[in-house]
Amino acid sequence: MAAESAVLTMDSSRPEPRRRPQIVASSVLGMIMFTFTEAMLFAGMISAHAIVRARSAGQMWPPFGQPRLPIEQTAFNTTALLVSGIALVFAHFAYRKRPRQALGPLAIAALLGLFFVVFQGVEWVALLEQGLTLQSSAYGGFFYLIVGAHALHAVAAILCLTWAWFRLRRGALTPAQLGTVEVFWYFVVLVWPLIYLKVYLS
Amino acid sequence: MAHASATEAHAHEHATQEHHGPQGILKYLWSTDHKVIAMQYLFTGMFMAMVGGFMAYVFRMQLAFPGKSVPLFGYVSPGEYNALITGHGSIMIFWVAMPVLIAAFGNYLIPLMIGADDMVFPRINRLSYQIFLLSVLVILSSLFVKGGGFGGAWTSYPPLSANADYNLTPLGSSMWLVAVALEFVAFLLGGINFITTLMNARAPGMKAYDIPMVPWMIVIASILFMLSVGPLFAGAIMLFFDQNLGTGFFDPTRGGDPVLWQHLFWFFGHPEVYVVLLPAVGIVIDIVATFARKKLFGYKTLLYTAVATGVLSFFVWAHHQFIAGIDPRMANIFTVTTLLISVPIAEMCFVIIATLYGGDIRLKVPMLWALAFVGEFLIGGVTGIFLGASGADAYLHETYFVLAHFHYTFFPIAIIGTFAGFTYWFPKMFGRMMNETLGKIHFWGTIIPFNFIFIPLFVLGLDGQQRRIYNFQNFPELQHLQPVRILATISLVVMLFFQLFFFWNVIRSWRKGPKAEKNPWKSNTLEWTTESPPPHGNWPVDEMPKVYRGPYEYNHPDREEDYWPQNLPA
Repeated sequence: MAAESAVLTMDSSRPEPRRRPQIVASSVLGMIMFTFTEAMLFAGMISAHAIVRARSAGQMWPPFGQPRLPIEQTAFNTTALLVSGIALVFAHFAYRKRPRQALGPLAIAALLGLFFVVFQGVEWVALLEQGLTLQSSAYGGFFYLIVGAHALHAVAAILCLTWAWFRLRRGALTPAQLGTVEVFWYFVVLVWPLIYLKVYLS
Repeated sequence: MAHASATEAHAHEHATQEHHGPQGILKYLWSTDHKVIAMQYLFTGMFMAMVGGFMAYVFRMQLAFPGKSVPLFGYVSPGEYNALITGHGSIMIFWVAMPVLIAAFGNYLIPLMIGADDMVFPRINRLSYQIFLLSVLVILSSLFVKGGGFGGAWTSYPPLSANADYNLTPLGSSMWLVAVALEFVAFLLGGINFITTLMNARAPGMKAYDIPMVPWMIVIASILFMLSVGPLFAGAIMLFFDQNLGTGFFDPTRGGDPVLWQHLFWFFGHPEVYVVLLPAVGIVIDIVATFARKKLFGYKTLLYTAVATGVLSFFVWAHHQFIAGIDPRMANIFTVTTLLISVPIAEMCFVIIATLYGGDIRLKVPMLWALAFVGEFLIGGVTGIFLGASGADAYLHETYFVLAHFHYTFFPIAIIGTFAGFTYWFPKMFGRMMNETLGKIHFWGTIIPFNFIFIPLFVLGLDGQQRRIYNFQNFPELQHLQPVRILATISLVVMLFFQLFFFWNVIRSWRKGPKAEKNPWKSNTLEWTTESPPPHGNWPVDEMPKVYRGPYEYNHPDREEDYWPQNLPA
């Protein structure tokens, strides 16, 4: 791949054809499409959780012998993630004024995201010690499934933010690239309160 | 423009491909040209159609002549029978209908019909095919692993699919899931590409209502796919965990719910029907308008009915669970939505009939296929009414009536629709004309036996014959129906035999058919304004088309010729 892309940056014999003006850049549009699918993926998991939760009406929830979820710590962690999203909004406007000004807020967004994931990991270790595992019950299974899926998305999005930060430092980040990364991170940030509401607080 | 550098990089990419890219077979595998990727999808899909057809042949032979050795296969064991019906269903839907109708025609036609030089994400497009190829390899190899291929039907209901103690295929069932998941990823990437391309890469002057029906329908289908696939993907992950990590999402003894899978599966599964239907309808519409030499009757009506079908298709899924223990009040609601969806579909048929009415109809081979699509799909649609009504479904559920019904929808979509599109765009794809006589022999040799396969199966289903049974000799009360089963099987063999005419026709025409001109059918849409086959980049850079009118201006009163290409200035 690396060798090939080196080839591809060479001069071309076929010039760029005239294109229609794009209201939204293609990469941003593609990412928006992708987040629709992702939203439906999380909707599927959360509604499956809700159905199993509803079937257990009248029984204990969490089931007998299973720990309750750390609602308070996660509320704090949720705030950290939301602040990260706000930092990215600041990065967006800073970039429009003077691109290099966005370096600071972009770094804050990425670091807060990283903090969120690490904090979740610490929480997982504690829960595993208390006997909540994938296999222990459908309750535990759904918890790790949904939160784990979100964590995977968060890690991928943080890698994208980091990539954007390094490109920005080199002065190579285009608005379309920043926009694409932004859409992805906003999705990760905004889907989390929903998960908190439906998985932790239900 | 801000993003210009990104698009420029793409343009550089495929521009240099010809000159600096890898050579030989590698060049082919790493090509980002949308036409090459379309051909890869097309031929992979056709190969898989042969695999799926062979499977159908083997298990139909077992049903007609139970316990006899099947030529080219040997004795069919019960486990093999289950693996064969599962493989046939999964392959025909996920590895034939989807890659051919959406990926092959979508990749080939969307950029050409909207006047673009390529997709907006050529490298994602290539990645899409590579992941798809991987999924093909996984599903094919899953048939040969220890324990055999998965035998829990293409719907893969737990607990049968979730527990290796029940299905006896620990590896096969997981590989089946992985293959399906990979295939979804491939089409997700493809769908993003189609939608973005249609929105951002249209030729100058092409407004929303100037887009031909094929790109519209494939894009609507892609949107449906992308909105419906998420829940099934979630379900697939949960099922995979149940199989391999010992979770209990679908295990009622551990707080799970097996019907949950049915909801997640059919939330995708029913829109999926329309995901493959809409591209076929788009192909048929384009063919009908061209060969009736008449303006499409009700362009906007058709577009809105397609959107309405898509929206409604998200609210019908529970008609698959009428006897799975869902609340009867819920069954009532889903009966109503299911019957409602026949309204927009009927509207589509009326649009086609109204377009034909008073037209100057030319019965070329693509037109024959297009008309056959309408007639045969109608039978599938009408029999669906019986199944959509929860009362009738209580009797017909899981019988051969259901099987015949969905084959009357899927066969017209996946096979007739594909042949219609393939014979219509063959001159553009390969630069040669196909032989009409061989094409007509193939057409009648497919359509007539097709009806003799599946009308008998309606009869069997009404007599109460259940699906997924290995040997009907164990059911004395169904014994007298054996001649009907034999009739269906013999018709299948006849139909498969006539496919040889198709392959003969393709190979013969490809090698020495008469050269095709740019526009052999005198059609209006943009793909006919370039060479046959189109060069890399589709048009010379300074001759990229501009659009001045809609795609269906046939027999316009102001013009001498009976067609009016979209790119001709007024």
